[in-house]
Amino acid sequence: MGMAMTIRTLTAMSITMLDDFTTRALLAGLGLALATGPLGSFVVWRRMAYFGDATSHAAILGVAVALAFQLPLTLGVLGVALAMALTVSTLAAKGWAMDTTLGVLAHSALAFGLVAISFVPGVRTDLSAYLFGDILVVSRADLALIWGGAALVLALLVWRWQALLTATLSEELAHAAGLNPNRERLVLTVALALVVAVAIKVVGALLIAAMLIIPAAAARALSRAPEAMAALATGIGGLAAFFGLQLSLWQDTDAGPSIVAAAAMIFALAAVAAQLRRG
Amino acid sequence: MTPLISADHICVRFGGAEVLHDVSLRVRPGEIVTILGPNGSGKSTLIRAILGLVPLTHGRVMRADGLRLGYVPQKLAVDRSMPLTVRRFLSLPLRVSDAAAEAALARVGVAGLGARQMSALSGGQFQRVLLARALLSDPQLLILDEPTQGLDQSGEAAFYQLIETVRAETGAAVLMVSHDLHVVMAASDRVICLNGHVCCEGTPRVVSNAPEYRALFGLGTKGALALYQHEHDHGHDHDHGHGHDHSHPHSHEHHHAG
Repeated sequence: MGMAMTIRTLTAMSITMLDDFTTRALLAGLGLALATGPLGSFVVWRRMAYFGDATSHAAILGVAVALAFQLPLTLGVLGVALAMALTVSTLAAKGWAMDTTLGVLAHSALAFGLVAISFVPGVRTDLSAYLFGDILVVSRADLALIWGGAALVLALLVWRWQALLTATLSEELAHAAGLNPNRERLVLTVALALVVAVAIKVVGALLIAAMLIIPAAAARALSRAPEAMAALATGIGGLAAFFGLQLSLWQDTDAGPSIVAAAAMIFALAAVAAQLRRG
Repeated sequence: MTPLISADHICVRFGGAEVLHDVSLRVRPGEIVTILGPNGSGKSTLIRAILGLVPLTHGRVMRADGLRLGYVPQKLAVDRSMPLTVRRFLSLPLRVSDAAAEAALARVGVAGLGARQMSALSGGQFQRVLLARALLSDPQLLILDEPTQGLDQSGEAAFYQLIETVRAETGAAVLMVSHDLHVVMAASDRVICLNGHVCCEGTPRVVSNAPEYRALFGLGTKGALALYQHEHDHGHDHDHGHGHDHSHPHSHEHHHAG
């Protein structure tokens, strides 16, 4: 990708930035990237990809609960996602076969959510907004929620960073150092539920896990330290939001999938770059 | 001398099976205690029980007040998905200065490896880096769980020699586990033979002569024992019989040339 092209795109961007809704959409995407970069790195390091799926698919059930009881959407999603994340985390600690358990839970949550939503009158047609996000209609209040949630997740991870890294490497090592690996796992579980609640507006329930994993995976190939990987994953997530939105505005594609597609392209480029550098 | 750590009559049960039965163990300042046992004898479980990683069904484990503990796990799989240099690893969970990190690496014989990725280390280097990390907390007690797994025989001998040097230099007590008989013996003050329970216990010399030990490991170890005795028959150890409590501190030095 040429420098000139990047600059042209950036110039075009700064013009469209004047449109308020695109600015808000981009800010929403950047806010999400702030949280998904570091958290996604942990998801990759701890091989929690399926765990992310289960939690984010539960968000659809959360949407149904919120609509049925006329609760704020975020509250419903956060509650159900948290319940799912805690259930999965508890079962994992008890030594359940996670591959199967998560497969059952993730898809059941999605199916029950979709079934439950079809009972709520007048929502059926809006379903894709929950599945694939609705970043182009993000309001100021949504934006505050997204940045607030992301900041909370980021603060949580920064606060526990050293302990989280140690526990991720080895629970025994963490325990011997006087840390409690269960508490660190809980921190990640809560953070994941928060990110799901924040991300459902941006990329939708189906693609939250992708936003966690793809930027982090792309960053892995290019980094030598965990902190570098987390920061780079944030940058890549931000870039993906930017390019995905451009694609969406230009070709009128769904914004959520466009952002994830952009992330996947960056992953491919990073993989090639790492291969070339290795010789 | 007050023990750094003492396990009193501990029992551990996994499901229906009792893995450890009535095991008592003390480690005093500065001594090297080795737990020997065949596979499945509960060695690692004992270490994990002492560290508080598995619940006890009976008994208790006491630590000296404010005990500084360095732990070298049996294996540590650094997932390739996590980029991690040796230098960064040494700063987990407590950040240490560059000078301290470099000194710790030099002490274990892998100076200058700081910039290397953990996943790019050889087995021997990896174990030494784990030991370096454990030493950074200035431990009074080092706990090592089969630290030489995956090393070849010379690597293993070199590692045990390193442990002895570290003990001599820092005064740290060492509690380690091995399934390997002869290499470990030279370095140990005391050997505990484990097979679900404590079969026998004493100086390496005493244990190697104990019938329980011979029964546990069979006759195949004769050659190895001969090797050990060849190195150690200096004729000053007449401590016959084996007790469960050696109250005398082991002050004699091992001066065998390595």
